[in-house]
Amino acid sequence: MSDATVFPEKKPQGPKGSLLVQDARTKRRNAAESRFKVYGMLAVATGLCFLVMLLWAIISNGTQAFSQTFVTFEVELLESKLDKKGARNIDDIKKVSTFGYTPLIQNSLLKEVEARGIDTPLSKGKDMKAILSASAAAQLRDFVIANPDKIGTTHEFRFLASSRVDGYLKGRVTRDSIARDKNIKAAHLDLVDGLKEAGVLKKTFNWSFVTGSDASDTRPEAAGMGVSMLGSLFMMLVVLGLSLPIGVAASIYLEEFAPQNRWTDLIEVNISNLAAVPSIVFGILGLAVFIQFAHLPQSAPLVGGLVLTLMTLPTIIIATRASLKSVPPSIRDAALGVGASKMQSVFHHVLPLAAPGILTGTIIGLAQALGETAPLLLIGMVGFIASNYPEGVMDGFVAPNSAMPAQIYEWAKRADPAFYERAWGGIIILLVFLITMNIIAILLRRRFERRW
Amino acid sequence: MYDAPNLGAKVDQKAIKISAKNCQVYYGDTHAIKDVDIEIEDKTVTAFIGPSGCGKSTFLRCLNRMNDTIDICRVEGDILLDGEDIYDKKVDPVQLRAKVGMVFQKPNPFPKSIYDNIAYGPRIHGLARNKADLDEIVEKSLRRGAIWDEVKDRLHSPGTGLSGGQQQRLCIARAVATEPEVLLMDEPCSALDPIATAQVEELIDELRTQYSVVIVTHSMQQAARVSQKTAFFHLGNLVEYDDTGTIFTNPRDERTESYITGRIG
Repeated sequence: MSDATVFPEKKPQGPKGSLLVQDARTKRRNAAESRFKVYGMLAVATGLCFLVMLLWAIISNGTQAFSQTFVTFEVELLESKLDKKGARNIDDIKKVSTFGYTPLIQNSLLKEVEARGIDTPLSKGKDMKAILSASAAAQLRDFVIANPDKIGTTHEFRFLASSRVDGYLKGRVTRDSIARDKNIKAAHLDLVDGLKEAGVLKKTFNWSFVTGSDASDTRPEAAGMGVSMLGSLFMMLVVLGLSLPIGVAASIYLEEFAPQNRWTDLIEVNISNLAAVPSIVFGILGLAVFIQFAHLPQSAPLVGGLVLTLMTLPTIIIATRASLKSVPPSIRDAALGVGASKMQSVFHHVLPLAAPGILTGTIIGLAQALGETAPLLLIGMVGFIASNYPEGVMDGFVAPNSAMPAQIYEWAKRADPAFYERAWGGIIILLVFLITMNIIAILLRRRFERRW
Repeated sequence: MYDAPNLGAKVDQKAIKISAKNCQVYYGDTHAIKDVDIEIEDKTVTAFIGPSGCGKSTFLRCLNRMNDTIDICRVEGDILLDGEDIYDKKVDPVQLRAKVGMVFQKPNPFPKSIYDNIAYGPRIHGLARNKADLDEIVEKSLRRGAIWDEVKDRLHSPGTGLSGGQQQRLCIARAVATEPEVLLMDEPCSALDPIATAQVEELIDELRTQYSVVIVTHSMQQAARVSQKTAFFHLGNLVEYDDTGTIFTNPRDERTESYITGRIG
């Protein structure tokens, strides 16, 4: 009798009940499973949501940096101002500083405004200078020094508009926002509207953002990523040239040749831990060892590359060892079995099979190094470096330079919102590089992946 | 009258190829092979049988020093190949393995073409002076591996694309390509179906004319079919070693009898 109360009576269909009816236990299990699926989908959806927001933010803020406002007009290169002696002696021409060129530009702009019949309260050329970038005079001077024979002629130039004008065309600067801005007045904006209508002032795609060098605080419109891109390139050359051979050789030794003992265990644990060391620690190490001890030049891509090599090595070693481990031991046996030496079995059979994994690991390590900023702060690869293109390869390694992420950081901390826009644009360039590298990694893996 | 000297000559022909004396193998603290004394004859198929974990594969791998790759493995005693101690300090295992080839349990062709699979050994040992030589060695080895007819039209397609049985015969061909004197086979048929097994067994029987073949097998029928001598291992001991016929019909040791009749193992 007591049994009947403890165990419910069995249904007549069979010892376990009908298959067509889910029992309570199965229902609970199925419910748990569908709950888990929902959690998973929620997590993925949240991730995707953030990704979309990130891309949206980057694209909406950053694409602006790729277009720039230019003012195009003719400038009369007066001989009386630029080459008083008339001898076209390059040294004499060089004596005229940018201050000598400024009035030429201003007067020509005034002439252009008058010729187009644009009505403006600004009656003097000097008043109009807020429209043009501070780099206009230097641009003109560079042109004259490069082409002294053009002195005395009239030539058409395309000058950068100032960042305020550029911001006005991009919607960043409004008539309300300039109320307390000393750099530009409402009258300037009226003139800009007029020039724009006349076709003198235009917003176009700006290659010099991709190819140009950084510019000082007062002329964000002239700043570009080009030089810091070269800095990154030279750093990556150092990283690739050092970390790939060292990393692969170290992994092969540790994985295939080193005896298994306490020392190799210790090394193994340390390498894994090194991968988790904050990058700023590597930066201070680089500062102490490479700059203070070895007296290598400060801010140089060579030093940056060395520091990033230290940082990338653990990544490459871990990836290489994993891909060496994934080569089935039967291949090693087969090679040893036909009388290959250990070295031959590794280099003829194991390494080629591990190569896709090694390449992928290396590229991912490089991509990581390319985006690394913190160690560069400590070795001085940040801050405004009056950068020009390096003169030759050697100079590229040792001359002070910046790197892409450091350049972005530098722009992001400057006050002018025009730099803020360029920081976003810089991130787009950096992301394009990173995505390209990752795609290469994927393609290499696909291409060389072999089955056995 | 003429029979007697002939019989004597036959015995002389079967020279001793490998002899192990008082051989001990340790894996760390585990004593895996205990006091094994065995004399393996030339041009004979010798089968090692015994239950799993009895040490037959371990002992086989000692014969071409494949155990060197395992750090914790230690071999004591003498193993002589043609009277020379293969564990002598002067012996380079690479040279030894060129003389003592090995075929493994799982077919393990290199992920390269069939041609390169065979040509790899001769290349690293410098057996071929030119391409024609190499071509000849490849063809000869594939013929000896009884796989030539199946692959002669696709020598440059990957060896991993063959069926399991073909892969194993390719591995045997690869092993004979370096002109070894002894061929060690570690359960060569355990991953194969009965038809492929029959082909490999037939091949082993042919190989006997040129090599001393040592085969480890779990299948007693296979040992009975292919071998002339059989060694029974149990718990690291060599329990009994005799002609295959004797082992299977009239074993001396009780453990051997129990094993072959299926009572232990």
